[in-house]
Amino acid sequence: MAPASPVYMDNNATTRVDPAVLEEMLPYFSDLYGNPSSMHTFGGQVGRTISQARERVAEAFNCHPDEVMFNACGTEGDNTAIRSALASQPDKRHIITTRVEHPAVLNVAKHLERRGYDATYLGVDAEGRLDLDELRESIRPDTALISVMYANNETGVIFPIQEIAEIAKERGVLVHTDAVQVLGKVPFDLKTLPVDFLAVSGHKVHAPKGVGALFVRKGVQFRPFMLGGHQERGRRAGTENTTGIIGLGKACEIAMKNIAHENSAVKALRDKLEKALLAAIPDTRINGTVDARLPNTTSLAFQYVEGESILLMLDAFGVCASSGSACTSGSLEPSHVLRAMGVPFTYAHGSIRFSLSRFNTEADVDLVVKELPPIITRLREISPFKHAEGEAPACTC
Amino acid sequence: MWEYTDKVREHFINPRNVGEIKDASCVGEVGSIACGDALKLFLKVDENDRIVDAKFQTFGCASAIASSSALTEMIKGKTVDEALDVSNKDIAEFLGGLPKEKMHCSVMGREALEAAVKNLRGEEAVPHAEGEIVCECFGVTDEQVRRAIKENNLNTVEEITDFTKAGGGCGKCLDKLADLLAEAKGQKKVLTPLTVKPAGLTNLQRMKLVNKVIEEEISPSLQQDGGNIELVDVDGKRVLVQLRGACSSCKSSQLTLKQFVEKRLRETVEPDIVVEEVR
Repeated sequence: MAPASPVYMDNNATTRVDPAVLEEMLPYFSDLYGNPSSMHTFGGQVGRTISQARERVAEAFNCHPDEVMFNACGTEGDNTAIRSALASQPDKRHIITTRVEHPAVLNVAKHLERRGYDATYLGVDAEGRLDLDELRESIRPDTALISVMYANNETGVIFPIQEIAEIAKERGVLVHTDAVQVLGKVPFDLKTLPVDFLAVSGHKVHAPKGVGALFVRKGVQFRPFMLGGHQERGRRAGTENTTGIIGLGKACEIAMKNIAHENSAVKALRDKLEKALLAAIPDTRINGTVDARLPNTTSLAFQYVEGESILLMLDAFGVCASSGSACTSGSLEPSHVLRAMGVPFTYAHGSIRFSLSRFNTEADVDLVVKELPPIITRLREISPFKHAEGEAPACTC
Repeated sequence: MWEYTDKVREHFINPRNVGEIKDASCVGEVGSIACGDALKLFLKVDENDRIVDAKFQTFGCASAIASSSALTEMIKGKTVDEALDVSNKDIAEFLGGLPKEKMHCSVMGREALEAAVKNLRGEEAVPHAEGEIVCECFGVTDEQVRRAIKENNLNTVEEITDFTKAGGGCGKCLDKLADLLAEAKGQKKVLTPLTVKPAGLTNLQRMKLVNKVIEEEISPSLQQDGGNIELVDVDGKRVLVQLRGACSSCKSSQLTLKQFVEKRLRETVEPDIVVEEVR
């Protein structure tokens, strides 16, 4: 029987809005609806609240408020950073990224290739880790930007952004990081982390959807992606998503207060879930290294079963998770991240990501630990592969 | 999340006829774990060629499991020949429909049935269906594609992918699929619709692509009606053409230019192409 409210373990996809965030936003939907650009008191007070939100985000980043630019989402931040880096260095035609980026970066890189730019896609090893020597060797005189995600959204593997940024700086290359998954989970300090651009998204950190922020380091040349009015100091035109920005500011404040909790209590729940499932379900493995991983994320691969089937059966018990399998994504191939890691097909198709938040409880974990093992057993009974001796039949494709 | 019918959900949660038949008369296996779905079908056939039992093992998504369950329910009690009349459309209809992107699951059911019957009749089991492989990612042959087009009246490359998975991987076979589609429809090659339109074409790229679409698709089509078209010039996004033959005196020539020529060039080259007639 499914619980009254879902057991939500898909927080890397999106998070619930924190009640305190919602409370802070509400007046700006109703009474305080002024345009922050208006030259009257009514709009001015909204403008001041946006400034306060900017300060809160800057505090979370440990940067100057002027270095924070509000936008719509992580995708916009990634697109803006990459396009700005190229537009400001027209003689440079090469970018470096990785094979495991979010589509917000990967698809921009592929698009740029069609426009005549060169892109290098760094590979990862079986545990999802980058080879920094490969990065060093990939840098060319015409490299305009290195764009590497801070942590992978599917496996939770954290990349060594500090070292990557230092390598980039040594070679005079701009560096961008998609930090959408790390805000509130991994502490970072932009005073010491020498990236030029860093993108975050509100809805991954208990703020609403439709708001994000891009850090642009002072002194880095910037070319706007959106042209129009003077909002965001002329760097991102368009009337501000006031309520979203206020929500993001509050969410950042709460996230920073909770970062220790995320790394202790949430991590403990994740570890309990992972350990119990690994113990209860044979032929199961963790995708990605366990050494440097987001505290809330586990990507588990169950051999010989398919991810969508697992998710739908879990859904019947009110459990929301995510899959790296092909069938859930609308694509026909398993996740590009798992393929890049060389995860065998026998496991890749049966990969499930559980991503927790501070709103998860022991009871949530207990429910998954109770319901998932019989689901896997049931699906393996249906599967032809568990019946084969030894390894599954080789691919005939 | 996919929108599944209640019947798909029911057959997924409570699949009928799961398992294997130890003394099966025949077994049909299709798919592979690399491809993301696979089906092993066991049939028990009596002396009157009647299927008295059918069981399956499936690796795959809800649609694959439900399609397998439906197939076994549909063929039990039928003679082998009657069972062979069950098409993938019948399987999908039995389930109240499948998302179009999941139609290949119903095709897999049909193929497993055919493989089992081949096995029953002592015909050689081959690793692939008959024909030449066109999609290397999913091991789909040209014969499978032709058949899917014919039996399901497919009209686009995207539909071929939905029904066979061909073209759903690296995409290198999309041109071949377009050729097979055109051949099946008795047409000259229809250019693959571009899922991602090339942005910011150079003048030379634009000129080449416009010329290709006109030569390979638009001109042959107009010739079928006794007309023709000739490319005069490409000036930025302006495409200058002259109509020939029956088209030059046709009262509907402007409609032809806008509704056919310009529309097709916008679909295949760039969305803001403007076609103008030069007299």
